[in-house]
Amino acid sequence: MFPQLFDTRPMRRSVDEALNWVVRNWGGELEAAAFPLLMLLSSIERLLIAIPWWAVIGILVGLAWLATRTWKLPLIVFVSLMFLGVMELWRDAMVTTALMLTATLTAIVISIPVGVWMSRSTRVRQIVTPVLDLMQTMPSFVYLIPTVMIFGPGKIPALLATIVYASPPLMRLTDLGLRNVDPAVMEASRAFGDTPTQRLFGVQIPLALPTILAGVNQTTMMALAMVVIASMIGAGGLGYQVLQGIGRLEVSRGLFAGLGIVVLAIVFDRITQAYGKRLQARFGLSEVR
Amino acid sequence: MDVLGNTDLAIAMRGVTKIFGPDPQSALALMRKGKSKDEVQAETGHVVGLDDVTLDVEKGQIFVVMGLSGSGKSTLIRHVNRLIDPTSGEIVVDGADVTQMSLDQLRTFRRTQIAMVFQKFGLLPHRSVLDNVAYGLEIRGIKKAERLEKAAHWIHVVGLSGYEKVRPRQLSGGQQQRVGLARALAMDTEILLMDEAFSALDPLIRSGMQDQLIELQSSLNKTILFITHDFDEALKIGNRIAVLKDGAVQQVGKPEEIVLHPANEHIEEFVRDVNKARAIHVRTIMDRTNLEPCELMVPEDARCEDVLPLFAEHKWVGVANAEGKQIGQITAKQVITALARYSPDVPTQ
Repeated sequence: MFPQLFDTRPMRRSVDEALNWVVRNWGGELEAAAFPLLMLLSSIERLLIAIPWWAVIGILVGLAWLATRTWKLPLIVFVSLMFLGVMELWRDAMVTTALMLTATLTAIVISIPVGVWMSRSTRVRQIVTPVLDLMQTMPSFVYLIPTVMIFGPGKIPALLATIVYASPPLMRLTDLGLRNVDPAVMEASRAFGDTPTQRLFGVQIPLALPTILAGVNQTTMMALAMVVIASMIGAGGLGYQVLQGIGRLEVSRGLFAGLGIVVLAIVFDRITQAYGKRLQARFGLSEVR
Repeated sequence: MDVLGNTDLAIAMRGVTKIFGPDPQSALALMRKGKSKDEVQAETGHVVGLDDVTLDVEKGQIFVVMGLSGSGKSTLIRHVNRLIDPTSGEIVVDGADVTQMSLDQLRTFRRTQIAMVFQKFGLLPHRSVLDNVAYGLEIRGIKKAERLEKAAHWIHVVGLSGYEKVRPRQLSGGQQQRVGLARALAMDTEILLMDEAFSALDPLIRSGMQDQLIELQSSLNKTILFITHDFDEALKIGNRIAVLKDGAVQQVGKPEEIVLHPANEHIEEFVRDVNKARAIHVRTIMDRTNLEPCELMVPEDARCEDVLPLFAEHKWVGVANAEGKQIGQITAKQVITALARYSPDVPTQ
């Protein structure tokens, strides 16, 4: 046995008490602060449910066609989405998609500026990188419990947990993309007397865009990976079906809802990847297939 | 008149030293005490990029800085628009000391007074050729219609009409460098910096670009600071040449001065392999006393290689100044003597 060097109980107790204090004194304020996120999520959700199913399929198939200009990917997207409809998973799939889209949008808004900051300062990068490691490796239940204590079970803690888990790859890849911009191009821009803002938006971000888009792709995938855990605290959607399937030992329900998540992942993964490839081809970094 | 009291100088570098490393000032102090660069590097780990460089570039000149890789020539040219900050020394461009400029002044200076062409082109891959050429003007804040019009004009001048909508990666190396040249020319600055601008190109294309540059220079009359590792290129385009080795200037002079009187062994090595017929102007070796009429005249800036083929038909040719007045004449024998005399491998008597 490892010897007890000192009594850690006061330390633990103070952490618990601090959380309780926050819940008691700041719960309302924090809930109000998270309200815009909830609004965003529920309006996306309402919108996706309000749009007729054939229109949703039409839009996604159209996006797939625009990204590839071949019929292979649109066909995959069409079959995948039809599967969701036929298996009576449409509404749940839309709820899950709304959660994923909200988390991804929020992650983009937060992560790209942080990534830009990381790319500009080695010190910021040294501080942020371990935090990102922590966000990705810390079991999500550890921060789910405090968020549930503060916000109560429901969509906000689910959304926050998804954002925490899904944003690190986008921050990392934004940082990487910006650092890897061809120094010769940066120097040329500098020689013409650019301002840092002109360089960022005119050179760095456009040239890093394929890498940043790969980060967005990773973020959507991570967000989908969180849906089952998110549904445990009231996110609903496909994850909830999986949970129910497990709870009732109804293997078919869990299996098909699980496949539904896979199908959504395939659809969004392939579409975002195709756009990344298209962008790279535009720069001449790789050939168009 | 500039702060140093010189008129007609576009660029003046005075004692410019650049030391790379974490604490350049202490390394500089060691050098001032008379330690050599190798000693400084061994003791402190600092690399000396430029060693007390002093250069004068007159307005309207093509001034070539020639040196092998690692000689510090790319470092040197980046000091002129302060892409690199010197450790010590003064760099005066058009009367203003670049080293004393605030960031804001420096930005204005780069936008309006100086333009640069790069060895690796430095084009924006996501923009069309037209937008690439307009980039410098965009930075300067010129309105869209005006900058696109100017860009189209310079694309035409460098011979890329029809490629406006194409992206850089779809062009060959030579074409990409024309885009880089057009982008710099579109800035319409007095001074043009060219960092090994033609070194990445095939020999034939390089030669074409050199001709084009000389032609452009005769109509635009800019000050061009040109960096190269190719001595032939330096001789072909340079009005004056500075030879750089290990960050220090070895010799500065007109092309034929360097060919005829190399200052040291290092320069002699370059001169040995050089095409002297290209380097030597006929006016430096012509006979100025004998002005008998002749069937054919060449301009005074003709080089030996230009008159050599004429001797198949003529015993001698006249040399005329800019007004067309004969100022001398030259025979095949004189040319042959001149070419032979300066070959160190060939015994003279």
